[in-house]
Amino acid sequence: MMVVDDTRDTMPALAADVREPCIAAESLDAYFGASRVVRDVSFGVQTGQVTAIIGPSGCGKSTLLRCLNRMHETIPGARVEGEVRFDGRDIYAPAVSAIGVRRHIGMVFQRPTPFPTMSIRDNVAAGLKTVARRDRPSRRETDDLVERALKRAALWEEVKDRLSTSAVALSGGQQQRLCIARALATSPRVLLLDEPTASLDPLSTQRVEELVYELRSQVTIIIVTHNMQQAARISDRTAFMLAGELIEYAPTNAIFTAPKDPRTEAYITGRFG
Amino acid sequence: MSDLPRPATIARRPATNRSYRDELSASTARSRSRRHAVSHLMIGLTYLAALIAILPLILIVWHLVRQGASSVSWTFFTRMPAPAGETGGGMANAIVGTGILVVMASLVGLPIGIGAGLYLAEQRTAPLATLVRFLSDVLNGLPSIVLGIFAWQMLVRPFKHFSALAGGLALGAMMIPLVTRATEEMIRLVPIALREAALALGYSRWRTSLGVVLRTALPGIVTGALVAVARVAGETAPLIFTAFGNQFWSVSPTQPVAALPMQIYSYAIAPYDDWHTQAWAGALVLLGLVFVISLAARFATRSRFGLGGD
Repeated sequence: MMVVDDTRDTMPALAADVREPCIAAESLDAYFGASRVVRDVSFGVQTGQVTAIIGPSGCGKSTLLRCLNRMHETIPGARVEGEVRFDGRDIYAPAVSAIGVRRHIGMVFQRPTPFPTMSIRDNVAAGLKTVARRDRPSRRETDDLVERALKRAALWEEVKDRLSTSAVALSGGQQQRLCIARALATSPRVLLLDEPTASLDPLSTQRVEELVYELRSQVTIIIVTHNMQQAARISDRTAFMLAGELIEYAPTNAIFTAPKDPRTEAYITGRFG
Repeated sequence: MSDLPRPATIARRPATNRSYRDELSASTARSRSRRHAVSHLMIGLTYLAALIAILPLILIVWHLVRQGASSVSWTFFTRMPAPAGETGGGMANAIVGTGILVVMASLVGLPIGIGAGLYLAEQRTAPLATLVRFLSDVLNGLPSIVLGIFAWQMLVRPFKHFSALAGGLALGAMMIPLVTRATEEMIRLVPIALREAALALGYSRWRTSLGVVLRTALPGIVTGALVAVARVAGETAPLIFTAFGNQFWSVSPTQPVAALPMQIYSYAIAPYDDWHTQAWAGALVLLGLVFVISLAARFATRSRFGLGGD
C-alpha cells in the first residue's frame, strides 16, 4: 500500500528552483525484504542538468538510482514506497507500465553489458525493437538511428567499419560507450548512470566523463559515483547519501566548498568512507 | 622486567630474518630434487588415470572395427536384412527406424525440456521449481526399462499393438530431464547483468528471457540437447516394450519399427555367424552415429557469438 502525504512541505532544494523538475522522488523508501535501504528520500532534478549521487559503499545510492526507472522491483523481494514523479506523473501509479518508464529513462551499469550474441549495430538497435511493430523504424531508419546514437556516444569513428562484428570484441571502455549509445538510441529523456567508470581505466574514464559533459544539453543525467573528484568535475548538483538517507542536496560547488551538514563535510574531506 | 624482552626481540629480528633466509635456501636446495620427483610422480599418475579412463573406449572401438568393419559397406546402409540362412543384406530399416525414433523423441523432449529448463532458471526459488527440479533428477536416475514398461502401459496396451510413436515418446520422456537440467545450467551461466541491461532498455520479461538470456545460452543448450539425443539414440530397453522392432521396411508411426540397438541385440543372440558379424557392424555404425552427434555438439559450442565461444 502506497502512502502519499500531499500536504507535506516541499523540499527546500525544490523551493529554490522555480521550474518544474524533470524527475523527482518524493518520500521514497526502498526495501530489500525487511531491510530499508533508502529512507524517505525526496529530491528533484532539473531538465538538462547533471546530478551526481555520492556516498560511501552501501549507502543506498545505487538503489535510489534503480528506483528512478523501476529497476529496483526486478529483484525478488525488493519493493518501493513513495512516489517518483516524471513529467508530473507518478511512475509507480498502477496504470503506468514499468516497460514504458524504462524506455524513457535509460540506464547504464557499472560493468559494460553488451549483448554477446549481437553485433555492434544490433546492440545499439536493441532498444528500438521494444516498440509496437507498426511504430518500429525501418531498416534504413534504424541504420540512421544507430549512426546517430554512436556519434552521440563518441564511438562512431572507432566502429563504423565493423558494425556487423561482435560487440564483445571491443575494449572495456568502448563497450561502455556502446552501452551508452544503446541507451541513447531510443532517445530517452533521462539517462541514469550507475558508476559507469568504475571498471574502466583512467583514459576510458576521461572519455566517458567528456561524453557526459557533452550530453548534458540533450538529456538529463543522474550519475552515481564513489569518486568525489568525478562528481566535482562533471555535475551541476550533487546529492550526498549516508545510510539510506539523503543528507544534503545542493549545487556541486556549494557541496564541495561549503557543505551545510557536518556529515557531508566529514565525508568530502575524507574523514570516513 | 616486562620491558626487557621487547628490545631484545627487536635487536634479534634481523638476525632471525637472515637465518630464516639461510634456512629457506638450504631447505630449497635439499628438497628441490625431492619436490620435483613428487611432482613428476603425481603428473605421471594423472596421465595414467586419464589413460585408464579412456581405455574402455579405445578397446571398444578397436574391437568393433576389427569385428564389424568388414561388414560395413554401402549395402549395409541401403539393403534390408537378409532372411535367415542367406548371407549379405543390411540394416537400412533399422538405421532409418532409429532416425525416425530420434526425431520423434526430439520433437517431444526438446521443447518440453528447454521450456522447463527456462522455467527452472527464471523461477529459481519457487516451490514448484524446487519440486520440478527434484522430480527431474529422479526421472534422470530412473532405469530406462521402467520407462519402457510405463510407456507400454500408457501407449501400447490401450491400442493393442506396438508402434514407433510409443517408442519415440518413451525416448522423448527420457530426454526431458536431461535437456531440462542442461538448459537450466546453461541459462544460469548468463550473467544477471545482461538480463538487467535488457530490462533497463524496456524489454518485457518474456522478450528478455527469449531474446537475450536464452539466445546467449543457446550454444550450450544445443550441446546439451545433442548429448541427450546421442544418449537416447543408443537406448534399447524402452524400445523393447514400445517400438518392438521390425524385420521389414516400415516408416509408419503407428506400426512397430526397427531400431539399431534392438537389431544389434536380436542379431547378437541369434545362432548365425553371419548375423553376429552384422551385429558388430551395427554396433560400429551406432557408435559412429553417436560420435558424429557429439562432434556436432562440440562445434555448436564453438560458435562465434555467445557464452560458449572461446
